[in-house]
Amino acid sequence: MMTFTLWDILRNLLLAARWTVVLSLVSFIGGGLLGMALLYLRIGKARAGQIFVQGYVELFQGTPLLMQLFLAFFGLGLFGIDVPAWLAAGLALILWTAAFLVEIWRGCVESVARGQWEASASLGMGYVQQMRYVILPQAVRVAVPPTVGFSVQVVKGTALTSIIGFVELSKAGTVVTNATFEPFTVYGLVALIYFALCWPLSKSSQILERKLNVAHRNH
Amino acid sequence: MTYRFDYSWIAEYWPVILKGLVTTVELTLIGTLFGVALGIACAWTRSLGPRWLRPPVVAYVELIRNTPFLIQLFFIFFGLPSLGVQMTEFQAAVLAMVINLGAYSGEIIRAGIEATPRGQFEAGASLAMTRFETFRHVVLIPALQRIWPALSSQIVIVMLGSSVVSQIAAEDITFAANFIQSRTFRAFESYFLTTGLYLLLALALRQALRGVGNKLFPRRAAR
Repeated sequence: MMTFTLWDILRNLLLAARWTVVLSLVSFIGGGLLGMALLYLRIGKARAGQIFVQGYVELFQGTPLLMQLFLAFFGLGLFGIDVPAWLAAGLALILWTAAFLVEIWRGCVESVARGQWEASASLGMGYVQQMRYVILPQAVRVAVPPTVGFSVQVVKGTALTSIIGFVELSKAGTVVTNATFEPFTVYGLVALIYFALCWPLSKSSQILERKLNVAHRNH
Repeated sequence: MTYRFDYSWIAEYWPVILKGLVTTVELTLIGTLFGVALGIACAWTRSLGPRWLRPPVVAYVELIRNTPFLIQLFFIFFGLPSLGVQMTEFQAAVLAMVINLGAYSGEIIRAGIEATPRGQFEAGASLAMTRFETFRHVVLIPALQRIWPALSSQIVIVMLGSSVVSQIAAEDITFAANFIQSRTFRAFESYFLTTGLYLLLALALRQALRGVGNKLFPRRAAR
């Protein structure tokens, strides 16, 4: 029988953690872009767009991410597409991330005082100009800390893609456990690696919140 | 698209789905009850409790909030037996949910407690209440009232997150879906149906929590 040193275990887990990082980045960036498009509809004037986004958010926030992964994995297959796990994983995570980001950002846009809209309208600005020069610069300031905070949820969400067979940190944890019969050590290390990825994000979200708030108070 | 939906299996497998539904509801109820209790204990420790107890609570909260639920579940179910702690799938699932919700709800409740004006503590003290009585009667209830919407969302998130307990073979809705798809090869249909069930469950849970909130904090309605 082959024996595994602690270093062997850790090295294999760290190699797999690369895929957790890549998938997180893809999901966060893709979800962010889709979220922006949805935000445009959500705060726009068209009623149909608003209802569509509300329904979208309700659907993706009201069902488990795991189910969305399964549906993406098996649903795309119905169209005769041979679905690799990374495609289903990326697609589901992007759709899921967008649903949360659009709600976070909507709150930020709405936190900008009504008077700002009226003031900029009275300067003869159009909707696009109001957004571009008055509302968004203020909303972005409010949006940064919760957006960074949410990225932690995305990193943790990628763990579920192991269930449809994408080999990232969690899947590697299961594989290594099956080889070494040391679940306590392996899952302990897996947890620590996730912690090392997520904790700096959580902390910087908190620090940003404090910083941006202080700036706000001085106004 | 030429695909035809086929739900002919539904009569045969309905009991399996129903059983899964009951398990998910049970998990959520027990997990919520003990999870929120643990959260209150953590929030009390962090804002009012003895100083030496705070670092371990902070460590617990940070550790849980920065690792995936799936790994917490695996650690409890597969990892703990090597320390001699053995439990059933259901027990492990409940324990993982309690530990997870405890950390998140602790942070939410703490925010509610810290928004309590200092004068409230002083008012409690001037009525000759002990620190515990002040916490119990003056601080906790208004704090819970303040953060009830956030707490409700977190409970719904934990309910939805519980779908991964199927991975340790706890027989919840997702387990039923996997079971059906392995028997009938109707993967899309079974996941589609069960996803709909989760959506209904989430809506129902949110309504129920709103009802509980109105019952617990009747003053809010009067105001």
